Amino acid sequence: MAILIDETTRIIVQGFTGKIGSFHAQDMINYGSNVVGGITPGKGGQTHLGLPVFNTVKEAVREVGAEASIIFVPPAFAADSIMEAADAGIKYCVAITDGIPTQDMMTVKNFLRRFPIEQRMMLTGPNCAGTISPGRAMLGIMPGHIYMQGHVGIVGRSGTLGYEAADQMKRLGIGISTSVGIGGDPINGSSHRDILEKFEADPETKVILMIGEIGGPQEVEAGIFAQQQMTKPVIAYIAGLTAPEGRRMGHAGAIISSAGESAAEKVAMLKELGITICPTPAAMGETVAAVLAGM
Amino acid sequence: MDIHEYQAKEILSGYGIKIAEGGMAYSPEEAVQRARDIGGHIWAVKAQIHSGARGKAGGIKICKTHDEVEAAAEALLGKRLVTHQTGPIGKVCGRLYIEAGTDIAKELYFCFLVDRSFERIVMVGSAQGGMEIEELAKNDPEAITKIYIEPAVGLRDFQAREMAFALGLEPELMSHAVKTIKGCYRALRDLDVSMLEINPLVVTRSGELIALDAKMGFDDNALFRQQKISELRDKTQEDPREMAAADRGLSYVGLDGDIGCMINGAGLAMATMDMIKLAGGEPANFLDVGGGASAERTEKAFRLVLADKGVKAMLVNIFAGINRCDWIAEGVVEAVRKIDMKIPLIVRLSGTNVEQGRRIIAESGLPIITAETLAEAAEKAVQARNEAVAKEAAQGA
Repeated sequence: MAILIDETTRIIVQGFTGKIGSFHAQDMINYGSNVVGGITPGKGGQTHLGLPVFNTVKEAVREVGAEASIIFVPPAFAADSIMEAADAGIKYCVAITDGIPTQDMMTVKNFLRRFPIEQRMMLTGPNCAGTISPGRAMLGIMPGHIYMQGHVGIVGRSGTLGYEAADQMKRLGIGISTSVGIGGDPINGSSHRDILEKFEADPETKVILMIGEIGGPQEVEAGIFAQQQMTKPVIAYIAGLTAPEGRRMGHAGAIISSAGESAAEKVAMLKELGITICPTPAAMGETVAAVLAGM
Repeated sequence: MDIHEYQAKEILSGYGIKIAEGGMAYSPEEAVQRARDIGGHIWAVKAQIHSGARGKAGGIKICKTHDEVEAAAEALLGKRLVTHQTGPIGKVCGRLYIEAGTDIAKELYFCFLVDRSFERIVMVGSAQGGMEIEELAKNDPEAITKIYIEPAVGLRDFQAREMAFALGLEPELMSHAVKTIKGCYRALRDLDVSMLEINPLVVTRSGELIALDAKMGFDDNALFRQQKISELRDKTQEDPREMAAADRGLSYVGLDGDIGCMINGAGLAMATMDMIKLAGGEPANFLDVGGGASAERTEKAFRLVLADKGVKAMLVNIFAGINRCDWIAEGVVEAVRKIDMKIPLIVRLSGTNVEQGRRIIAESGLPIITAETLAEAAEKAVQARNEAVAKEAAQGA
């Protein structure tokens, strides 16, 4: 088992008939993901990419048993789409959209917490590249071919830096169970810690690579969880050693705004928690290889 | 996006928060006129720049005569003020706010911000106003009160009262304090404010509660639905290179080093900069060209990086996902030819169609240095930079 998605996961695409939604839906189908339809309000009943289009997520859940969804809806409407998915009983949702207002995300998180835990939708993103269980299913916009199937879990904020890690590992013959992008926004669906918890419970994942960055408290919270509640080794890299304080580095959440949010401080705290640190971003593959070799 | 003190005060005033009487001035004459309009015998002449800690940088002058107001205005207008928030380059003061002097009995600290751990708005206050909250948090954390706000319910009266009492306000001021605190919260929710700080919030000797300073930051992601706020943008307060980048849909942050960077993705960009530093160099900028880097976009990015005359070498690091290395390579070759680049260029391509991309670079006949891995790219960039600097020095001597 991988985490979150596999080849049987029944996927729908929200924002299905748009240019971006269509492109990535086709890409996911080509990869082998079990895409069963999509949502575009007002276009229900049509067929797109050979699959049914629905007006609402509820219909898609009822008609084709949708379990997971991916969101390509523009920022102004994306929060609404996420809440629609949660309300319809979708189990797992990836929000790709970049630029959702922070207050909208606070509303989303508050809405999700109203569901009892066992019925609560898991959300990753927004502003992320998605999730891939190599060789099984892709629910995202990543280049699927750079991921090799295996036993390392990856969780990270950045898309391309995640690709870099997967590529370094492939060069060394190391495969991945699942790679999860949690996105670059200050308030996101799932934290590093939430994903570590999933990997800890996954029999197929042996070690986890956590790719963090400046800003926010999530990497250290994940480190504390790893130290107290995990049996599997966690390896971390924190991007942004050269980032000046108070400046936003591309991602809405990548800003050092209080104590403990710089890369150096995060690295120091993670080290103290017993997390193995990648000394450079070019050594993510090697560091994972060394930890695997020592097991 | 940040706005000026006078703009923040105007907004807050509309939400029922009391401010001292004041007005804008763009020249010393106007400053004196504003002081006359306001009347009284004491005025504060305040430099309007996007930064806190202006007082320490000499940006706020207390004046007792109209001549002093004129002199203060002359001294401040056009002056570059450096605070720890502006960085060493500082920010130029082009506008002044002339305000009636306030008879202060007590200075308090008050702010709202987004707490990323709790994913909620938090209200922060301290009876020890006037100093910076970071200092206070370090030296006397007990003196700070934090109250979290449940988003679905909003800020309740009891929470506002709790804060008012924590600030040490007298019972007579309670209803006004609750009105002030709730007004700030309404402004925050209505206008997608990400940070609102009143430091100091003061109690005057006549028993009034006044926002003596005000700082507001807005969520950039929400500006699409805050037209009026977008119009408050003061472009003179922003780095011209960063603005030019933003206008072209690129994300750029100028830094102090001399190795220019063009990378796709914020995380990879930060990691590449880190790698440059670890290889012994210093990055000149952060630049994320994003997912769909077309030839046109690539050329714009090149021009932006090279506009910084301090750049001695340039590193391009692209991991193509949705993008394709052959498109990027074509864009790079075209840009180099068009711009007539004089400094060494190092290109590292990876991901989709990498072979075709590398072939295009190799067959271009241009003196582009290529690298396969991230480590190799950073090392070659630092080496090329060092050689360029050595060559310059040799020519100079």
